[in-house]
Amino acid sequence: MGVGAMTDVTPRKIKVLLAKPGLDGHDVGAKVVVRALLDAGFEVVYTGLRKTPEEIAERAKEENADVIGMSILSGSHIPFAQRFRKLWDEYNLGTKLWLIGGNVPKKDHGTLKDIGVDAVFATGSKLDDIITYIKEQTARWPRN
Amino acid sequence: MAPKLDGETTGLHRSRALLGEKLPPGLKPVFSEAGIELKPVYTAADIGRAGDTLELPGEYPFTRGIHPEMFRRRPWTMRQYTGFGNAKATNERFHYLIKNGQTGLNVAFDLPTQCGLDSDDPAAEGEVGRVGMAVDSLRDFEVAFDGIDLDKITVSLTINGSAAILIAMYLAMAEKKGFDVEGLRGTAQNDILKEFVGRGTWIFPVEPSIKLVGDTIEYCARHAPKYSPVSVCGYHIRESGCDPVEEMAYAFCIAKAYIDETLKRGLAIDDFAGRLSFNFNIFGRIFEQVAKFRGGRRLWAKILKEEYGATDPDNMWLRMIAGGGGFGLTIDQPENNIMRGAYYALIAALAGAQTVALCCYDEAYTIPSPKAQRISLRTMQLLIEEMGLCDTVDPLGGSYFVERLTDQMEAEIEKTMARVDELGGIVTLIADGRLQDHVSRQAYEHEKKVESGEIRKVGVNCYRIEEDELDVEMHPTKPEDLALQLASLKAVKAERNEPEVARTLDRLRTDARAGLNTMPAIMAAVKAYATVGEMTKVLIDVYGRYQEPIRFAAE
Repeated sequence: MGVGAMTDVTPRKIKVLLAKPGLDGHDVGAKVVVRALLDAGFEVVYTGLRKTPEEIAERAKEENADVIGMSILSGSHIPFAQRFRKLWDEYNLGTKLWLIGGNVPKKDHGTLKDIGVDAVFATGSKLDDIITYIKEQTARWPRN
Repeated sequence: MAPKLDGETTGLHRSRALLGEKLPPGLKPVFSEAGIELKPVYTAADIGRAGDTLELPGEYPFTRGIHPEMFRRRPWTMRQYTGFGNAKATNERFHYLIKNGQTGLNVAFDLPTQCGLDSDDPAAEGEVGRVGMAVDSLRDFEVAFDGIDLDKITVSLTINGSAAILIAMYLAMAEKKGFDVEGLRGTAQNDILKEFVGRGTWIFPVEPSIKLVGDTIEYCARHAPKYSPVSVCGYHIRESGCDPVEEMAYAFCIAKAYIDETLKRGLAIDDFAGRLSFNFNIFGRIFEQVAKFRGGRRLWAKILKEEYGATDPDNMWLRMIAGGGGFGLTIDQPENNIMRGAYYALIAALAGAQTVALCCYDEAYTIPSPKAQRISLRTMQLLIEEMGLCDTVDPLGGSYFVERLTDQMEAEIEKTMARVDELGGIVTLIADGRLQDHVSRQAYEHEKKVESGEIRKVGVNCYRIEEDELDVEMHPTKPEDLALQLASLKAVKAERNEPEVARTLDRLRTDARAGLNTMPAIMAAVKAYATVGEMTKVLIDVYGRYQEPIRFAAE
């Protein structure tokens, strides 16, 4: 991008990768969130079902996503988050927001945050809260 | 605004019936979930016929029930969804539920089993035994059903992608335990088309998946004629966001796709149609739900008789399992789900369901605890024992409102089915992802309306209290369950006759490639203790894997 064009350029949209890790097939919530984020002006890539941690890390890198969201309803959020965290450096994912949604009991939120998850939006969360959180957290991120 | 398929008006949303008269001042129009306008009061003029012209229960087209005496003869079967960990733990829970008066079993399998993976597959890590029982080989079925009289307790297998294999396991297990397979009753869910729309445990591409369903129907018609190899599920499509009319319409379209596949094999409609059953959802408005089942039952009978030429009434019956699911329940104030469940059970009873799998109050977020299961079971027992729901058949029959709504639901279901056919048919709409897109948009619109308060949800957007910060309890998983399952799989592999396993798997490959019915080869492989994962791999080699269409069309 030429310097002269800088003033006219609108920053590119925040890009969210929304993933369904593991074997869980409950995708109603994930797809609702995809639509809400699209309507809120984000760029959204949805992986579809049954992705391995490696596939999600690879995709996040390839898409240069700003945000990685994962929807897990089977109860396997902790083992999955642990496996994904190990790939973070290997795939050189750098600074990204990492969000987990789904059936996550409150007592597990701390454990997920210790692993490195930035925020948990459990079942019952409001779409607006997810949107606001992403906007606030990424407001100062340079993107062009 | 009506949802669209790819920018084109779908017509899947129906015109709203007009009242034909003005509402009294101060009253706002009220619409059912399916968009039918509801009057404040109904009269004889609304049904356009006298109540005494209604057919009796047990008479074609079976609006009022498929049997003349319904629950006076026998109450509905109570079949709670259960299964977790390994076969031994599940067997213990089965015995607990039977001891508590449950009259049928409804088996939950873990995700690796549902996706055709063995417990030792790396892709199964963290998932073994988590949301259901882990099954690797026939051995697990032998343990799970130990001590259960399969002639008295019918078993329903909630399995889809790997259903052909698990049906074979069930038949082989029953045979091994000395039951007569010719007379064996039971059900498998085995509705793969709805898995592509909701639930998501598909394995193979759409076409071979339908072929496998046809294989099971054909095989059972010939070898296990009392067994119901398919339970077509409107349930999960409704759970994914569609309205009650669409729930019935899509299920009927899917059932017709399986019927057409089976007819291609030279079976006559009267050879198998009676063994297809249905699984429907209950939540929403009480009378619309009852009318949905009454109207649906009538339409299904007409389709079978008029379109397919079935002659035996048994082959025109809409047999159904019904129960509430996660979409109606809430994670907020979860105790309210006990009351929701009680109304759902009432609806099932008023609608003449054959079987009820009543959702448990904790089912919005986990597989049910024993306590929650017992409360659901007791809820149904209360209706049967204390509240007289079995005394009289179709107690709402003749109600001006319910009869009118039944007629309207039937007409709307029929219109929606016609629209699906105009758009290319249900198989095409599912294969290219248009149906999924349409349904998920409705889930999104619903969520927005709940968040804005337009749709009232008690405990969620109204009547909230400070103490709502209660945490949920997820079903606990034990590491020793995984260890036990892996040890059992290892033991089976050590004991079995390897050349026999290899021979039966080769036959499966050859038969699948040749386009033959795969069930005889699967039966042989199952009996040789080949594993779910081994058989699935062979079929993936032949059929390939499903590639999910990702589609989020702009409004």
